[in-house]
Amino acid sequence: MIAVIDYGCGNLHSVSKAFDAIGEDVVVTSEPDDLRSADRIVIPGVGNFGAVMAKFNSSGLADCVIEEVRGAGKPTLGICVGMQLMAERGLEGGETPGLGWAGGVVDRLPVLGHDLRLPHVGWNEVFPVGDSKLFKGLGKTPEFYFVHSYAVEYEDNEGPVAAWCDYGEQFVAAIQFDNVVATQFHPEKSQSLGLRFLMNWVDWNP
Amino acid sequence: MLKTRLIPSLLLANGRCVKGVRFDDYRDVGHPVTAAKVYEAQGADELLFLDIRASDEGRATLLDTVTQTAEQCFMPLTVGGGVRTVDDIRTLLRAGADKVSINTAAFARPELIAEGAAEFGDQCIVVSIDHIADSTGTQRVALDSGKRMTDVDPVEWAQRAADLGAGEILFTSVEREGARGGYDIDTIRRVADTVSVPVIAAGGAGSLQDLVDVVAQGHASAVAAASIFHFTDQSPIKAHSFMKQAGLDVRMA
Repeated sequence: MIAVIDYGCGNLHSVSKAFDAIGEDVVVTSEPDDLRSADRIVIPGVGNFGAVMAKFNSSGLADCVIEEVRGAGKPTLGICVGMQLMAERGLEGGETPGLGWAGGVVDRLPVLGHDLRLPHVGWNEVFPVGDSKLFKGLGKTPEFYFVHSYAVEYEDNEGPVAAWCDYGEQFVAAIQFDNVVATQFHPEKSQSLGLRFLMNWVDWNP
Repeated sequence: MLKTRLIPSLLLANGRCVKGVRFDDYRDVGHPVTAAKVYEAQGADELLFLDIRASDEGRATLLDTVTQTAEQCFMPLTVGGGVRTVDDIRTLLRAGADKVSINTAAFARPELIAEGAAEFGDQCIVVSIDHIADSTGTQRVALDSGKRMTDVDPVEWAQRAADLGAGEILFTSVEREGARGGYDIDTIRRVADTVSVPVIAAGGAGSLQDLVDVVAQGHASAVAAASIFHFTDQSPIKAHSFMKQAGLDVRMA
């Protein structure tokens, strides 16, 4: 059973329908017991980092999530702001501490001087790093759907980066560490390649 | 790099797709969920649903269509038509929309844009602007599906909307809509060169060259099109291929 966490933020309907479509049992839940009995966990997230982090912290689920993801080590997928929450801190909507699981700072995409628009909306190529099972069979530079103005940044690019994307400059498209994978893009909105990415995640045993 | 987007647009009335010319003379063109699945299979980048009836009874049908589409299509869906309040936006997002388009209500009460952006994020809020020429040939914002002309410059209104938190601007020429004679490239370029958010051009696509021109010359980030897909034998596959050959960076599914 895959548990998609409902803490008040996120396109839960789309995420759960995508797992339905690939034949997986999924529950959208804000019940700690569901998280405890789940095999895998999805942390969605849409909106402003500060606001989303506040909702997460006041959901009553934070401790349970930390226990199940970092304690029990259940395979976990973070999507969009769900990935950003894992950083050290975020600068959108004021400076807010993140969960601190993956380091890095969430800051505005550096598009100044590149004559590029924000939000970064649309399909863009993703460059997987190394031999990650998550990107297996998706082609060398699969295109996924992005919609965001902020991204996780690492000093000297030192961080658990699993894939890069290019918008003016390189930015982090996906991270992978321990039992966690997280994507800045929306696999549940990326048609067949996105569904195949989700299937890869379901088959992944960290 | 980021690809230029092709967005088939479907006008909905009472659970059916319809299409007209200049916001009038509508004909039934099929079932929206079926059409959405075909577009997805043909590699459309996003879908745009606009509810033209926008009545209270129509609302339940619209939500049903959105929910069914979100269950079967895994691509970004923008929904608009008669959206008046933050609650309306929330209901559509919960039903499965990724972005909500607001038009007349945003013009009447611009704070709606900021409220929507604050609650859901600016990437969920598309401000839709229809424009029409007045008797002197000057472009003006038009409300209520093009029926009511104002004295406001659409480019100025677009800038205000972007400042208030619109993540994207959807820009439609009332005169060119459905006529398949090409987009209003001059006005699109004026707005695209003014705002720093993505601009989606709508209204007028008649040939695949029109799709190229509005991006290359009009500086649109995305092109929405309806009649060209309903009434000619063009498809998103052909459109992407043509756009790529013309040198645009598009997704080849």
